Amino acid sequence: MLSRVLGGGWVLLAMAFAATTLGVAVGSAAGIYAAYVRGRIDGLVMRTVDVLLAFPQIIFALLLVSLVGPKLWLIVLAVGISHLPQVARVLRSATLDLSERDFIKVLELQGMRTHRIITKELLPNLVSPLMVEIGIRLTYSIIIISGLSFLGFGPQPPAANWGTMINTNRVAIVANPWGVVVPALLIALLTIGTNTFTDAVARVTIGLERRTEEAALLESAPT
Amino acid sequence: MVVVTGRLTAKRPHPIAQLLWRRAALGVATLLVVATIVFLATEVLPGNAAYAILGHTASRARVIALEHQLHLNRGIFDQYWIWLTGLLSGRLGDSLANGMPVWGQVEPRLVNSAFLVLVSGAIGTVLGVGLGALAALRKDSFFDHASSVVFLGVAALPTFVVAIALIILLSTLVFHLLPAVSMISPGTYAWSQPRLMVLPVTTLVLIIVPYMQRMTRAAMVEALESDYVEMARLKGLSERRVVLVHALPNAVGPTIQVIGLVFLYLAGGIVVVETVFDFPGIGQGLVNAVADRDLPVIQIIVLILAAFYVVINILTDVIALLATPRRRIAR
Repeated sequence: MLSRVLGGGWVLLAMAFAATTLGVAVGSAAGIYAAYVRGRIDGLVMRTVDVLLAFPQIIFALLLVSLVGPKLWLIVLAVGISHLPQVARVLRSATLDLSERDFIKVLELQGMRTHRIITKELLPNLVSPLMVEIGIRLTYSIIIISGLSFLGFGPQPPAANWGTMINTNRVAIVANPWGVVVPALLIALLTIGTNTFTDAVARVTIGLERRTEEAALLESAPT
Repeated sequence: MVVVTGRLTAKRPHPIAQLLWRRAALGVATLLVVATIVFLATEVLPGNAAYAILGHTASRARVIALEHQLHLNRGIFDQYWIWLTGLLSGRLGDSLANGMPVWGQVEPRLVNSAFLVLVSGAIGTVLGVGLGALAALRKDSFFDHASSVVFLGVAALPTFVVAIALIILLSTLVFHLLPAVSMISPGTYAWSQPRLMVLPVTTLVLIIVPYMQRMTRAAMVEALESDYVEMARLKGLSERRVVLVHALPNAVGPTIQVIGLVFLYLAGGIVVVETVFDFPGIGQGLVNAVADRDLPVIQIIVLILAAFYVVINILTDVIALLATPRRRIAR
């Protein structure tokens, strides 16, 4: 029982990390590049973001899973893609502010190449929004993957996670409450932990930029 | 000179009407792209869709019959055209799971879900805005700090964990106050059995209140610390008047954006909540359809949710614009 519970947590965390990495890496690359080069590419990226946003995250994942089946890699891919539009939006607006700064303009006039400006100058200055995004998306990844598993569309038994356990033990909740209570508590602890961590990171970075917490919170409203 | 420019601007359409038209056109375009993606996604199914639905043991004759029913024997553009025109003229086809017309089974679910979302959204908005404004007015008090900590914790909980916790607490292990399942009898709508609505609504309210509280508090704190509120205070106005007349109207704009986001969030949240409580809405309908690979039903429900997203987005943008005095003037 204990080994099943621990194994389930391991699978859930590994999948959540993979989906977060995929979503934040691709989403921020698209957002930063679009904001820096502007023009047609920016328009194209933002219209794609608009279309993707029209699918609620869990529904996008459900749609993909319904077409190919509950494969582990597919769930990771679906959740990762469903993060793309939000990440791209946040990083795009952060980059828009940054790329108007004088030190970027100077480097442009000196003839620095676009990809060098992005990797050597913009990226190091975007570490704080990136950290916050990683935290938010990790929490959401855990929520969506365990939610899909709970609905019965998770990875199949050898890779069963806490969501799957709640789903299978739910019918016997009165006879064996621990089968539901333990995985539910563990998921709650995990998401509360990642969320508190994200909140702490956000507060620290807000302090660094010397803005009121409220103003920053309003601007970073997820969409 | 002033008069001339005034006349020129008067001939142009009102900026808000213009914005409304642009957003509506963009919304329709978005929906069309979404419809195409949904169609293509169901089209790129690995292997033959008919086999996928019937299973690989199906007889050749049944596969051919289904291929005809789904128009799979035609070219992809023909299929797309048949599907799109059918969609626009209201011929949505039959469910693959039970052969009944799709709209006949989606419509009652849509009504139930809309009711669930409206009730939860309304209660959640009132509670969230109220608690947020209260926390902002008593900034740094014990109430403010305590509610921040509690809501930070609750905000992180997945919907199904909240639902399971409520079931354990209120209907199985601890107390036996409410039914654990919300199976509305067929042929009646959700509002005829309010007792069955309590747990699903409570779950959704608990999910959205933390977010609403946090954003309302932020908007209100920002408004209370602004120059015009300080000016109003310096003029010697009563605190009541300062809050109600000077601070509150300026916090309404951001709060409306948040209410829009909350309703969008609910559109995803109903999938889990309706499944946990066996509530007959489109969320549960989607989960069942995905389990049965009932493509026509999946397509319709995904499109309905996408349309909901587009409409809510346009509405919140326009209302927020109208509610924000300094952005109402044409630039």
